[in-house]
Amino acid sequence: MAETMKLEIFRYRPEKESEPTFQTFKVPFREDWVVLDAINHIKDEIDGTLSYRWSCQMGVCGSCGIMINNVPKLSCAAFLKDYYPDKIRIEPLTGFPVERDLIFEMDDFMTKLTEIQPYIIRKEGEEKPLDEGEYLQSPAELARFKQYSMCINCLLCYAACPVYALDSSFIGPAAIALGQRYNMDTRDQGRDARQELIASHEGIWECTFVGECSAVCPKHVDPAAAIQRAKVSSTIDWFKDVLNPWGKKK
Amino acid sequence: MSTYHRIVPNTWWLKRRPYIFFMIRELTSVFVAGYCIFLLVLVYKLTQGADAYGNFMAVLKLPSSVALHLITLAFVLYHTITWFNLTPKILVLYRGEDRVPQGLVAGTFYAGWVVISVIVALLVLGV
Repeated sequence: MAETMKLEIFRYRPEKESEPTFQTFKVPFREDWVVLDAINHIKDEIDGTLSYRWSCQMGVCGSCGIMINNVPKLSCAAFLKDYYPDKIRIEPLTGFPVERDLIFEMDDFMTKLTEIQPYIIRKEGEEKPLDEGEYLQSPAELARFKQYSMCINCLLCYAACPVYALDSSFIGPAAIALGQRYNMDTRDQGRDARQELIASHEGIWECTFVGECSAVCPKHVDPAAAIQRAKVSSTIDWFKDVLNPWGKKK
Repeated sequence: MSTYHRIVPNTWWLKRRPYIFFMIRELTSVFVAGYCIFLLVLVYKLTQGADAYGNFMAVLKLPSSVALHLITLAFVLYHTITWFNLTPKILVLYRGEDRVPQGLVAGTFYAGWVVISVIVALLVLGV
């Protein structure tokens, strides 16, 4: 008889239930299957009503993040064999309101991401005309922030962050890391524009450096490091302001 | 559409081992702060004369006091080691395009710790 595995999946169908439930499905166990393959099998063969997000199946799009046994993971990158023969418990990413089954609402993150202005900002009058070409940057300058630019917005870091789960006003790891990525970009001049939000109470100072955001990041972005480095820069700003009261205020 | 908001239980930190280690690290701060206050009290007793200092030292030699010191030592070591291990994340140094190895950054802090500890030990032991 073929080997099987059990998946205990969070179900929430707002039209028929006010509280979520867990439903257990038995799926074939295959060495080369990831959890997403098993969920797709359920959708195609067992229960077509199961709702979840996925797209690229190769760890690039960042759509398929779920909680697997309480740990946020991309379901396309988590192999069944790493859990076999135990039952796997699957839930939507922690910290976000649930819309249906494994689909959560990410509006809050999208708003924060917009507010952090994750793009190159030039000071007024310092933008080059297109015909003068691109802003040049050396490999050494790129190396300083490249790690922080690898974010795929999968939100695993938010699901790993207990601060965000307890207080969703926190701007959160990915958005701050992206802000820091542009602050460290030599082509950017928008640090002052981002600083009010990044250095606010809901920004870096809310972070208690649990560090799990970095531990679960599938792209090794290390948002915890980005936040701590932003804390250092903001502290230096503060000392500069205090020691030089006649200097230009930020 | 009505979304479902999950409530975070007060026991969230018991769910996963890294969260437990984090909470222990937070707890160690109490012992670090407590020992700082203890050292201030020690200095204060020293200013109160030989008798006051001697009485205080006698209390410190009680088994309960020694046990409390050992517990504090364990927590302070945990505090120091976990934070030293995190320093390379904050102190990111580059030599040209290459990042200075994280082990070297943390290692510098450990080396400084050993050197200062040896100096303190030599002073205390009066060598």
